[in-house]
Amino acid sequence: MAQTLSLLYDRVRVEEKEIINAAQKKGVELRPIDAKELHLEITDLNKDEIFGDVALERCVSHFRGLYLTAILENKGVAVINPFSVAALCGDKLLCSMKLAKAGIPTPKTIVAFTKEEAMKVLEEEMGYPAVIKPVFGSWGRLIAPLKDRETAQALLEDREEMGNPLYQIYYIQEMVERPPRDIRTVVVGDQIAASIYRYSAPDDWRTNIARGGKAEVCNLTEDLRELILKAAEVVGTGLLGVDAMETKEGIVIHEVNSTVEFKGAMSVSEVDIPGMIIDYALEKARR
Amino acid sequence: MKFKCPECDGEIETKEVIEGEILSCPDCGAELEVSKDKKGNFELKVAESEGEDWGE
Repeated sequence: MAQTLSLLYDRVRVEEKEIINAAQKKGVELRPIDAKELHLEITDLNKDEIFGDVALERCVSHFRGLYLTAILENKGVAVINPFSVAALCGDKLLCSMKLAKAGIPTPKTIVAFTKEEAMKVLEEEMGYPAVIKPVFGSWGRLIAPLKDRETAQALLEDREEMGNPLYQIYYIQEMVERPPRDIRTVVVGDQIAASIYRYSAPDDWRTNIARGGKAEVCNLTEDLRELILKAAEVVGTGLLGVDAMETKEGIVIHEVNSTVEFKGAMSVSEVDIPGMIIDYALEKARR
Repeated sequence: MKFKCPECDGEIETKEVIEGEILSCPDCGAELEVSKDKKGNFELKVAESEGEDWGE
């Protein structure tokens, strides 16, 4: 019997449209399902047929997608990405630890749990400039460069006032000296689909395409390919966006993203990324 | 296709749409999501606004 797929979304971005198109082109049955219109009985463990053999979880809301994945896996539906991968990649702290433990070069990061202790990290260990990031969230949201004591104090005070307790997990990272670009690689299973340089927009220091960053093809060296594939394997393998930076001391991998956006990569690469995603999902369905 | 903006009642003309797609109203700038009503006809509703956990 032919394998069937589902696509779980809450917003249809370019990526989701392209995945739907790719399935159509290949004659694969893929059912788009709006997560906002779902309710699921979590105490009933029967497999719900509407999700098909494999569900591609593409929600823009991380927690919506994460819990949906947990529920579907519990009902016996295979999800791309698996819960363990999405949970790890959705948390910068857990992801940094995992990369470091696997011996993958990653920026030095120190975590504190109070504003006072975070100041101590900056004054006594990290120095300025440094970067503070929320442990969750994306698109560079609330990621700030801390250039001096005054900025740091003001920013940490702001953080204290923010309602979400996760903002009181102070994740402080060294400011890596790099060119105004980073390297985003879309990894599909154990294959590299495409790799791009993301240049930061003229009025921003962050390289996120969502912040206006520009894409250009990047030809990876064999060493870098290996490192990127290892990073993808370390977090558990899936459909991933591995982000690397070029430093004087060599490459560092600073992040692995779970619901990877590949609009930028698609705009400059010849590779059929959505087609690869469908093939990967089918392969998983056969297993 | 022709729609009315649920926010400002302005006219919105589009090419073919698919469910879940986001349009923005040329008059008021509201972000609108394409959905289907009970009869299966396309309609526009005001889209969710960006959450703190949105992204990759």
